[in-house]
Amino acid sequence: MELLGLSLAMVGLFVGFGLLIGVLFGFFGMGGSFLVTPALLVMGYPTRVAVGSGLAFVFGTSVIATLKHRDLGQVDYKLGLLMIVGTTAGIEVGKEIVVHLESLGLAGSIISVTYVFLLGGIGAFVTYEAVNGDGGEGIDHDAAEEPADADDIPDIAKTIQSYRVPPMIDLRGGVTVSLWMILGVAFATGLLSGFLGVGGGFIRMPALFYLIGVPVPIAVGTDLFEIVFSGGLGSFLYALDGGVDLSIVVPLLAGSAFGARIGSAATSIVDEGEIKVYFGLMLLGGALAVAIREIGKIYELPILNRVSLVLILGSALLVSGAVVYSSITALREENQTASPTVE
Amino acid sequence: MIEAGSLSASVDGAILIGAVLLEAIALYGVYGVVEDVFGQRVVNQLRTT
Repeated sequence: MELLGLSLAMVGLFVGFGLLIGVLFGFFGMGGSFLVTPALLVMGYPTRVAVGSGLAFVFGTSVIATLKHRDLGQVDYKLGLLMIVGTTAGIEVGKEIVVHLESLGLAGSIISVTYVFLLGGIGAFVTYEAVNGDGGEGIDHDAAEEPADADDIPDIAKTIQSYRVPPMIDLRGGVTVSLWMILGVAFATGLLSGFLGVGGGFIRMPALFYLIGVPVPIAVGTDLFEIVFSGGLGSFLYALDGGVDLSIVVPLLAGSAFGARIGSAATSIVDEGEIKVYFGLMLLGGALAVAIREIGKIYELPILNRVSLVLILGSALLVSGAVVYSSITALREENQTASPTVE
Repeated sequence: MIEAGSLSASVDGAILIGAVLLEAIALYGVYGVVEDVFGQRVVNQLRTT
C-alpha cells in the first residue's frame, strides 16, 4: 500500500523523524532543519530536492511556531522586515551557487563539507559551554519583553551598537543599531539558508542576540517570523525547478507540528541547561554523519551511508528522548513534592 | 514579456507552497484543539503513573 507515492513504512519514517525534529524545535526555539537536508541526502534524494524540500519543511514549521510567538507578543516586525530584505538577496545568491556547483557536479560534496564544519563548530561550542558549566545565554522562554539590561547585552553586541553608521534603527527592547549591521547579518544568514537549505535559525537567532543585542525572546520570535518569508521564498525558488517534493514535506510537517507542541510544553517543565549538552552532542553527531557519508562515497562503501543515516536519526532520537524523559521525571518529582506520603 | 512556460512554473510553485502553508495552518488548528481537549489529561496521567 502506498500513500503520497511512498510506502507506508517511508511515510511512517518521515512522520516519526518530523516528530523528533518538532520536539527539538519546540523546545530550543530553533534547529531541526539542519538535520532534514543531510538526512534526505543520505537517503539518496538529489541535492536540489533535498535542499528544496528541506526549505519547504522549514517554511511550514516556522509558520506554526510564529503563530505561537505572535500570541506571546515576541515578534519585532520592523526588525523582521529589514531581515527579510537582506535575507532575500542572500538566498538568491546561495541558490545560484548551488545551481552552479550542481552543473559542475560538486554541489553534494561542497554542501556536505560546509555542513560538517558548520554543525561541528557550533556543536563543539555548545558542548564546551555546557560541559564547563557555563549555561551561556540559553533561551528563557518565560522572559517578559522588558528593555534589555545593559549587563545582559553581550560585549560584541555593545561594540557593534557603538558603530553609529546612519541610519540608526530603534528596535524593541530599547536597542538601537545601524541599518547596515542588520542587513549584513541578514545577508550572511540568507546566503547560508539558500546554500544549505536550512532556515538559518540556528545561526540567525544567536546572531540577533550576540551581534545585534536583541533580547532573546524577541530574537526567537522575530527570527521565526523572518524564516516564514525566507523559507517561503527559498522553497518557492526551488519549486520552480521541481525541487520541492510534497511526499516528503507533508508527512514531515504532520510529525513536527505535533512534536513542537510537546517541545513547547516541556519548556515550562524542564531546565534547558540540563539538555544543552545533548543538543551540542546532537549537532556533533549530525556533522559526523555527513562526514561518514562523504568518506563512504569516496571509498565506495555503501554501508557507511547506512551508518550515517542511523547516526542522524539516533542523534535526534537521543536529544528529543532526553527532553521527554526529563519532562516526565520533573512532573513526577513535582507531584511527589506537592503530595508527600503520610507515614 | 512573460513566457507561458515560466508563468506556468510560477503558478505551480505558488500552488505547492500554498499547499504547505495551508497544511501548516490546519495542523496548528487541529493539534491546538487536540491539546486543549487531551493535554491536561495526559499531563495528569504522567504525574501519577
